[in-house]
Amino acid sequence: MKKKYGLLLIAFVLLLSLGMAGCGKSSSGGTEGGGNSGGGTLVFARGGDSESLDPAVTTEGESFKVTENIYETLINFGEQDTEIEPGLAESWKESDDGLKHTLKLKKGVKFHDGTDFNAEAVVFNFERWKAGNKERFYYYNSQFGDVMKEVKAVDEHTVEFTLNRVLAPFYKNLAMSPFAIASPEAIKKHGDKFAENPTGTGPFKFKEWKRNDKVTIVKNENYWKKGLPKLDSVIFRVIPENSARLNALNTGEVDLIDGVNFSDVDSIKKNDKLQAFFRPSLNVAYLGLNNERGPLKDKKVRQALNYAVDKKALIDAFYAGAAEAAVNPMPETVAGYNDAVKDYEYDPEKAKQLLKEAGYEKGFEIELWAMPVARPYMPDGKKVAEAIQSNFEKVGVKSKIVSFEWPTYLEKARKGEADTFLLGWTGDNGDADNFLYVLLDEDSIGSNNYTYYKNPKVHELFTKAQSTNDQSEREKLYKEAQEIIKDDAPWIPLVHSKPALAGKAEIKGFKPHPTGSDLLSNVEMKK
Amino acid sequence: MLAYSVRRVFSLVPVLLGLSLVVFFMIRAIPGDPAQVILGQLATKEAIAELSKDLGLDEPWYIQYFQYLGGLVTGDLGESLRTKTAISAEIWPYLAATIELSFFAMLIAILVGVNAGIVSAWFQNSWFDYTAMILALVGVSVPIFWLGLMEQWVFSYNLEWLPTSGRDDVRNPVEAFTHLYVIDTLLQGRFDQFVDVLKHLVLPAIALATIPMAIIARITRSTMLEVMRSDFIRTARAKGMSMFWVVYKHSLKNAVIPVLTVIGLQTGLLLGGAILTETIFSWPGIGRYIYEAIGYRDYPVIQSGILIVALIFVLINLVVDLLYAAIDPRIKYR
Repeated sequence: MKKKYGLLLIAFVLLLSLGMAGCGKSSSGGTEGGGNSGGGTLVFARGGDSESLDPAVTTEGESFKVTENIYETLINFGEQDTEIEPGLAESWKESDDGLKHTLKLKKGVKFHDGTDFNAEAVVFNFERWKAGNKERFYYYNSQFGDVMKEVKAVDEHTVEFTLNRVLAPFYKNLAMSPFAIASPEAIKKHGDKFAENPTGTGPFKFKEWKRNDKVTIVKNENYWKKGLPKLDSVIFRVIPENSARLNALNTGEVDLIDGVNFSDVDSIKKNDKLQAFFRPSLNVAYLGLNNERGPLKDKKVRQALNYAVDKKALIDAFYAGAAEAAVNPMPETVAGYNDAVKDYEYDPEKAKQLLKEAGYEKGFEIELWAMPVARPYMPDGKKVAEAIQSNFEKVGVKSKIVSFEWPTYLEKARKGEADTFLLGWTGDNGDADNFLYVLLDEDSIGSNNYTYYKNPKVHELFTKAQSTNDQSEREKLYKEAQEIIKDDAPWIPLVHSKPALAGKAEIKGFKPHPTGSDLLSNVEMKK
Repeated sequence: MLAYSVRRVFSLVPVLLGLSLVVFFMIRAIPGDPAQVILGQLATKEAIAELSKDLGLDEPWYIQYFQYLGGLVTGDLGESLRTKTAISAEIWPYLAATIELSFFAMLIAILVGVNAGIVSAWFQNSWFDYTAMILALVGVSVPIFWLGLMEQWVFSYNLEWLPTSGRDDVRNPVEAFTHLYVIDTLLQGRFDQFVDVLKHLVLPAIALATIPMAIIARITRSTMLEVMRSDFIRTARAKGMSMFWVVYKHSLKNAVIPVLTVIGLQTGLLLGGAILTETIFSWPGIGRYIYEAIGYRDYPVIQSGILIVALIFVLINLVVDLLYAAIDPRIKYR
């Protein structure tokens, strides 16, 4: 009798303490932004932290996502495309031989530290990138390195660029986030610590950076575009796990999230407190076929495997329909895209027949490498690999799925150790060269041409296209190259995905940019 | 006692040396070139070779190791390849975040675990005993990943009691001073933020506490059962002493050594950085710091991070060893 009583008492105490642990419903739930003066605060949650807040020294998208709002470039991309528009340069002129570019700069623009933006500042930035070591200013060296002869301040508001040879995507390159103009005074003042004290001319000023946690930027009251930005501040928060990030949006702790699982898109669309956004596609996901390994050396085998994959099923199963089947190695929005190229339609019979012609009637065995990480173009490498595995099985090709931890995966694939491998690419500047040459030229073997694809004719076309400024001529060359590539079939191009984002319903004016660097000056929160 | 402590501290040196060597080689055994990873997919061969040289990665391994060791002796933990900041300068905020979380997790684990174990032993084979032990079994086997997301779904999304992630409300951020936010908010007299920080702690601390809580409960129960069968307990009861005192004073004191050992080991493990918990609850702790460094092949951070975590682990167990003597007068160190 006594024993029972004691037991009940203890159980009661335990329950009570559990209850206390969870008390305090009234005051939590996150203080809602908005409300107070002006535009309020936007909390933008993403999967990873920035590497650096000096855009010149990084190649990483999570860094550009922030710096895009602190700094500005001479040329801008369009709101949701990669067409060129005036930025810090109002107008520009190109010499007849295409070697001299003269840019007129905007007057009356000031850096966040109060110093003037002018031609000297532009020259200073270019000199800094040029003088620095190659790997530090990686993008400068890869895009302008040996091409840039001289950058000269003609007068206070005119800059003249002289090139060694014609550089077709010159203006598109200038619009890339890494070529944003930073305050020379701030660079001199902070030296090595400039990345932690970013100073530009952009709509937001840097306030605070807690590594692996959050970056806070606040409104630039003296921004030269009147009435912008609309928000008072933006906080970029790191929430690594996709589902946890969505949970935080659901509870209102954050306002906007990227890296939404495609499988969650449906529930977001049905929730009237939330809205889904889709980033216009500037990417491609593909299954690379190593052109120098085993049966894959044979063009017929590569074509057969192209016929074997059911892209539509992949899109429905893993991309919630937010993707287009890829025909060429670059998305349709890139100038020079060849829409006359016909895809290898899903046709297992045709695949079998081609394999028979190539002497592999009984099939063969290969390795199929699955990406270990999720990327906007590849939400779940393992599952996509399994789907392709069963596609291959149907035509008699047995594949073993292999995966490594990410840096290992890339290194091994680069060395040509993979038979077939999943991979993808997100464009930097929306130029065809940035897809085709980078991924499929013989010069890129050992860097981004993981398939070891070589075709002298294609190489010739690419080289020609690089050395002319005539856009229609370039487009013709790229179109021809795409036809040859389609026939050679070094890849199975899979999809161009539209990466999904989600935000609170009251967010207005958010336009995700295809490059992944979103300008937030037009965003506001309206009830 | 003093001599013993000194000897124990010195015995740490070979342990840490061996550990630094193991870590150093393990990292270099995995493929993946840091220069390549840093420069990204676009990098050219020349740029990679140049960066490798700059980072000293083209030196033979023994030179790299001794350079590293030399740095350690002078308190230099190296510089992060990724952020280009001294590790000794950037590691503390991460470590503080993990210490704070682990402290509260262990507090929950010990309070609940020890009591559940005691009561289960006291009322052996009762419904409480069965329920507690089944829960403990579930506790050691439930995937933390799932548990964390469920906690968020129930307590944050549906009940709206607690925030899902992070250490503080980003719209009302804590001014970091010691980086232990519970202390920082109290020092600044910001009681509202103090409550907010505690609320942020609840869910990750419970998730992190689950496994040690279950292990502690099971160990406590089994040692208590053993002690409670001994003669001196029967004598105490025969003398008419109340059961509560018999259990909580006489029995517990005699059962505490194994329990303490487990607590020490578990605390060490938690401080090792609970990567999963830190990931789900976006807790900027040491586990994620090291984990992300692995993705970037940030050798110095991986090496120094693991070394510091190991050092803490060893120190905690040293403290536990010394506590034995303080608690149990039968134990003497010579």
